[in-house]
Amino acid sequence: MSETPPIPPSRRDFLKIAWAFFGGLALLETTGIFIAYLQPRLTEGEFGSIINAGLVDDFPLNSVTHISNGRFYIVRLGDGGVLAVYHRCTHLGCTVPWDATAQKFICPCHNSQFDQQGAVENPPAPRPLDLFGVSIKDGQINVDTGNLIERQTFETAQVVYP
Amino acid sequence: MTEETPTPEKEDSMLDRMRERLVPDAMPVDDRGRMRMVVDSLVLHLHPPKVIASTMNWTHSWGLGGLSALLMAVLGLTGVILQNNYTPAPPQAYLDILEINSNVWFGELVRNLHHWSANLLIIVAVLHLIRVFATGAYRPPRELNWLIGVAMLLLIVAANFTGYLLPWDQLAFWAITVGTSIINYVPLIGNWLGQLILGGPEVGANTLLNFYSMHISLIPLMIFGLMMYHFWRVRKDGGLTQPKKLDEVEPPKVERVTTIPHLLRRELVFALGAFALLLVFAMLVPAPLEGIANPDVSPNPAKAPWYFMGLQELLLHFHPLVGAIILPSLAILGIFLLPFFDINLNSVGIYFRSHRGRSLTVLAIGMALILTPIWVLLDEFVLNWSLWLPTWDTLLSNGLIPLAIILIPIILLDEWTVKFFHADTEERVLFVATFLFTAFVVLTIVGIFFRGPGMALYWAWNMPIASH
Repeated sequence: MSETPPIPPSRRDFLKIAWAFFGGLALLETTGIFIAYLQPRLTEGEFGSIINAGLVDDFPLNSVTHISNGRFYIVRLGDGGVLAVYHRCTHLGCTVPWDATAQKFICPCHNSQFDQQGAVENPPAPRPLDLFGVSIKDGQINVDTGNLIERQTFETAQVVYP
Repeated sequence: MTEETPTPEKEDSMLDRMRERLVPDAMPVDDRGRMRMVVDSLVLHLHPPKVIASTMNWTHSWGLGGLSALLMAVLGLTGVILQNNYTPAPPQAYLDILEINSNVWFGELVRNLHHWSANLLIIVAVLHLIRVFATGAYRPPRELNWLIGVAMLLLIVAANFTGYLLPWDQLAFWAITVGTSIINYVPLIGNWLGQLILGGPEVGANTLLNFYSMHISLIPLMIFGLMMYHFWRVRKDGGLTQPKKLDEVEPPKVERVTTIPHLLRRELVFALGAFALLLVFAMLVPAPLEGIANPDVSPNPAKAPWYFMGLQELLLHFHPLVGAIILPSLAILGIFLLPFFDINLNSVGIYFRSHRGRSLTVLAIGMALILTPIWVLLDEFVLNWSLWLPTWDTLLSNGLIPLAIILIPIILLDEWTVKFFHADTEERVLFVATFLFTAFVVLTIVGIFFRGPGMALYWAWNMPIASH
C-alpha cells in the first residue's frame, strides 16, 4: 500500500479561504463597531453617574427617604448604617413606594413586598431590591448609580457605616 | 392595386408626448390588452395576468392579506405626516401629542387612524396566519412564504411595541417598562441586552430616541422589503391555494380569468369599503392618552400592551425564565416549523383538513376554553409551589415542575386523538396547535379584562378603577 502524499492547497482553494477569512473578519469588526456605538451614553450628574444624596446626619435613624433624581431610597438603619436601595422592583421594573405604616416596600404592580433592607417578604419578586454602591466622605453620602449591586439575600456586609 | 397613400405626419405636441408616456390612452377592452397592462405595469406586475377564479372566493381568503397591506399603507402615510408634528424627546413628545390632538388640522383623526390601524393590523395578521394554517396553505411549495409571513408578524409586533412608547404618557411609560423588564430574564446576556435596547438602565430619554428611530426607519423598511418578497412569492407559488370542498374526489376545475378587471376590481372595492369603516371608527373612538410619564409613580395595575397580556399572564404563573423566555421561544419555533412536518398535500385548500379534522378543531377549542380558566384559578388559589417546595430553586419549583405538569394533559390529549379518533399527523398538528392557540387567547383575555389592582383576579364587569 502506498501512502498518498498530502496535496497542498491549490491557489484557488487558498484564495477561497483567504476571502472567507477576511470577509468574516470585516463582518465581525463592523458588528463590533455597531454594537459599541449603540452602548448607553451617560451624562454627569444624572442617573447612571455618582449622585450626592446629602449629609448623612440629615437622615434620622430608622428612616427611608426617596431621592427622586437618583431613583433610589436612602435607608438609614437603626444602628446608623446606610443602604442605597434602587426603587425599581426586581420582578418587572415598577417603581416601589415605601409604605410607612406597614414599614415595607409594596409594589403596586404584582404585590411583591420587601422589608426595610429590601429583602423579599412576598413573591413574585425573584430577589431583593438591588443596591447602589455607597461611599461616605466628610459626612456626605455619594451614591454611584452606575454601580448596580444585585444580591440574593440581605447581608450585614452590604451596609455602609459613616 | 391601390396606391399607398402616405399618412400625413402629425407632429405630437410636447404635452401629448408626456401624456402618452405617463397614462394609457384608454383602459384596454380586450383580454389581451388587459393582460398586457398587468405585465407592463410595475405595481400590477405583483399580480399574474390571469388568476384562478375560485381563489377569489370571499369565504376562502377573507381578504385578510389584502387588508394587512391596506393597513400598512395607511400606517405608512399617517406615520409620515405624524412625524411632522413630533419631537422624540421628553417632555416635548407628550406636549406634541397634546398639540396634535388639539391644535393641528385633523391631527386627532390622523393619530386615531394610526393608532387603530396599528392595533387592527396585529389582529388581521394573526387571522391571516390562522386562515393559512386552517386551509393548510403553507404546505409545499409555500413553506418559505409562511416563514416570511411569521417574520413579518414579529416585526409588526415590534413596530407596535416601539410605537407604544412614543406618546410618552403614563400608559406608554409603564407598559414599556414592564414589557422590557422581561428582557432582563434572558440568561447570561439579559442585563446587557436590556441596557442596549433601553439606552440605559431604565426607560428614559435615550429609550424614546432609540424606539423612535427603530419605529420610523429600520422596522418599516424591513417590513416593506419582506412584503414585496411575500407578494412575489405568492405569484411564484402559483397564486393562492384553490379552495376545495370536503370529500371532493375530482380535482377542482381550473377556470382562469384576467386580473383586470376581475381581481383588481374586487381589491379596490374591498380596500375602499375597509378604509371607510376604519375612518368611521377613527372618528368615533379616540386613541387613549393619559397624563405625562412619571417615573416615580407606577399605576396600579401596570399592564403591558394588550398583545403581550397573554405573556404577562404566563409570568404570573411561571418563573420568568420559563414564562417569558422558554415558552415564547418554543412557541415561535413551533410556528416556524409547522410547514415542515405538516406536509399532506391532499387536504390543501380544505378548511380544517377533513370531517375528523373539523370535529377535532371544535373539541380542541372547547377543551381549551374549559381547561385554561380552571388552570388559572387553580394556580391562583390552590397551587403554591414555592411554599410547598421551599428549599428548591424557584426556577424548578415555580418553573420547570409546573411546566411538566401542564405538558402531561396536553400529551394525554394528543394520545387520545390517536386512540379514539385515529387521527393522522395533520389532524394531530391541527388539534394541538388549535388547543395551544385557544389557550393563549384565553390567557390574553384574562390578562386584559380580568386582572385588576395588584394583578388580582376580578370579574371584568366589576373592576375597580385603576389608580394612576
